[in-house]
Amino acid sequence: MRQLLIDNITSSTSLSDYKSHGGYAALEKALKMKPEEIVAEVQKSGLRGRGGAGFPTGMKWSFIAKPEGVPRHLVCNADESEPGTFKDRYLMQHKPHILIEGMIISSFALGANLSYIYIRGEMMVQFHILQKAIDDAYAAGLLGKNILNSGFDLDLHVHCGGGAYICGEETALIESLEGKRGNPRIKPPFPAIAGVWGRPTVVNNVETIAAVVPIINMTGDEYAKIGVGKSTGTKLISASGHINKPGVYEIELGVPVEEFIYSEQYCGGIKGGRKLKAVVAGGSSVPVLPTELILKTAKGEPRLMTYESLGDGGFATGTMLGSGGFIVMDETTSIVKNLFNFSRFYHHESCGQCSPCREGTGWMEKILRKILDGRGTIADIDLLWDIQSKIEGKTICPLGEAAAWPVAAAIRHFRPEFEEYVRNPQNIKDVKHYYRLNNLVEV
Amino acid sequence: MPRVTIDGHTIEVPNGTTILEAARMIGGEIVPPAMCYYSKLKTTGGYCRTCIVKVSKGSEKDPRPMPKPVASCRTTVMDGMEVQNITSPDLLEARAGVVEFLLLNHPLDCPICDQAGECHLQDLGYQNGKVKTRYEFDRREFDPIDIGDKIKLHMKRCIHCFRCVKLAEQLTPGRYHGMLNRGDHSEISTYIEHAVDNEFSGNMIDVCPVGALTDRTFRFKSRVWYTNPEDAHRTCTKCSGKVRLWLKGEEVLRVTARKDKYGEVIDWICNECRFDKKKTSDWVIEGPTHIDRHSVISANHYESLKSLKLDVDKQKRQLVHTKNLLGEGALNPNNE
Repeated sequence: MRQLLIDNITSSTSLSDYKSHGGYAALEKALKMKPEEIVAEVQKSGLRGRGGAGFPTGMKWSFIAKPEGVPRHLVCNADESEPGTFKDRYLMQHKPHILIEGMIISSFALGANLSYIYIRGEMMVQFHILQKAIDDAYAAGLLGKNILNSGFDLDLHVHCGGGAYICGEETALIESLEGKRGNPRIKPPFPAIAGVWGRPTVVNNVETIAAVVPIINMTGDEYAKIGVGKSTGTKLISASGHINKPGVYEIELGVPVEEFIYSEQYCGGIKGGRKLKAVVAGGSSVPVLPTELILKTAKGEPRLMTYESLGDGGFATGTMLGSGGFIVMDETTSIVKNLFNFSRFYHHESCGQCSPCREGTGWMEKILRKILDGRGTIADIDLLWDIQSKIEGKTICPLGEAAAWPVAAAIRHFRPEFEEYVRNPQNIKDVKHYYRLNNLVEV
Repeated sequence: MPRVTIDGHTIEVPNGTTILEAARMIGGEIVPPAMCYYSKLKTTGGYCRTCIVKVSKGSEKDPRPMPKPVASCRTTVMDGMEVQNITSPDLLEARAGVVEFLLLNHPLDCPICDQAGECHLQDLGYQNGKVKTRYEFDRREFDPIDIGDKIKLHMKRCIHCFRCVKLAEQLTPGRYHGMLNRGDHSEISTYIEHAVDNEFSGNMIDVCPVGALTDRTFRFKSRVWYTNPEDAHRTCTKCSGKVRLWLKGEEVLRVTARKDKYGEVIDWICNECRFDKKKTSDWVIEGPTHIDRHSVISANHYESLKSLKLDVDKQKRQLVHTKNLLGEGALNPNNE
């Protein structure tokens, strides 16, 4: 298994260490290329946005408007805050220079002379590490005027966000970067036409920008050979939950889900040898899948860690690779409680701009609270289903979907568990009941 | 010029026209409702989601339907676009959902609300709402507050349409109020130690689609359907001076800007005209207001009754005038 992003990850926060492991070689190579050649290499690589949407990066770059005399910007979205997703934080903390090198190459390709890294306000450790790395890069002539005598100038700023989940949405991020309240903008215009300060802007995830470095090093064609089908290259997966080895793993796209969960190389199996109950494969906003669907596709084939295989069959039988926030739940997990946590999060983080998300997220949380308190009815489950359907696709930004999909998937796949809460609240309120119910030994 | 078909009605519109504007050009029942869009204010719309429509064909070039309902007030038409509004049951169901969300934290205190009879949410509720709410939890509660010497804010009625915020941004020099907090905790508020105080602030009351911002010089003086609207004007150095007087007998209870049939202000007016000129002698009265949108005021045929009364008055005056010309008994046929 090749590791392109987090190989030799230890002690790579210093510039000298990074350079000693071949760092900034891609930049030297890229600065000798034409910007359009770099874009072409990224297109050939098949790299898809690693923030969750999976949109082809090269295509996104090709959309940027190039009006005469108008500056362009590259913004790195480092506002990672989806529950279950922590891979960008890891990358920035342990290998900041790969992000900076990727930013310089990408800015050069896009014709941007002023770029930003928008980092989540709570990530102060990573902020200081990044700032130090940027200062070192300036001192070494890798940033600023006439980088490596190429004639290319780039200023790079790290901007601390206010700590709102919604600021990870690209237009809300742009608003926040401009010093305004982090509310999503209504599209169109898209950032590629009018982004930061109304100028053409590309917003890419940390991992996406970092991946540009190995693409330039190894060429787009070679990068595209890794992976399966349209899911090319490697992907950082942040694995958490009831597994023996939680952490951040770099996989080649196409690893079977079963192998990822059970092999010693990755998650190392379920904690305590218990049975797998469900997996949220791509961060809390994507649909949860039960064991029988997470390990096999609708056709009965082994499910792979790829955009296509995980999404197989739509949400009735599939989910999404998303940001790679892989949350594993064993048989002791209460899906209702888990969903309540997610709903509480999305209610708390809704910006309040549009009616369905502002009002609907809070309503769903209240109903789930009611069910958890043992006061729920079967009608409440149907109501939850109806509310999520009236939020999904009706909102300004994808936060509406992020709030609705987990509810829909939990009811679709685990409705009996909701009904059990409603019918036998005297048992379900007692956590120990789960252990008795499933003949489990309390840990 | 792109051609767009909305619910089977085809129209050719200038480039850049939104679906909502195109629908308004066609007119009638196919016009989507709008709670936050306001044609006189830039960058409004897209927030409330009441104007969502289904685009069943994107354009001639790309006939694929759009995957989700779109906000008609923010989506420009493409040549060959086909839109479904009232002809799509799914869309009407989705809109009913939006109305339900809007009413979740909006008290139905129409019997005491000053906006009753002029409230767009009231209309929307009647057209798309359900008889019973499915929401069983506590609503948000706020005490009404004065956000200036002329305006009272009932935050619990606010539906976060952002119209007053946009108006303050675009029509007044300083920013003294805006949205605070997030999600269903968000609220319109003045910034710390500030009050809304500028010469055009009263227009915030006019753009509010519900009863959240109320006129402190009018509050609780009358129900709107007990008043008679008259168009009037005066010479004003600050604004156009073209207003609407709301009369009860000869008393001016309220002065507002004139609105078009979609309830949008035609000309902004200043606070002096709105709050300080409360005598009929301050104004040149032009005649009864023509209201061609559904409303409680037009429902009682106020305008035709008023016209009839004016006509009778005119005939009486003519009669008196004729009598004066011909002398006493001149109209008595027996004198011939």
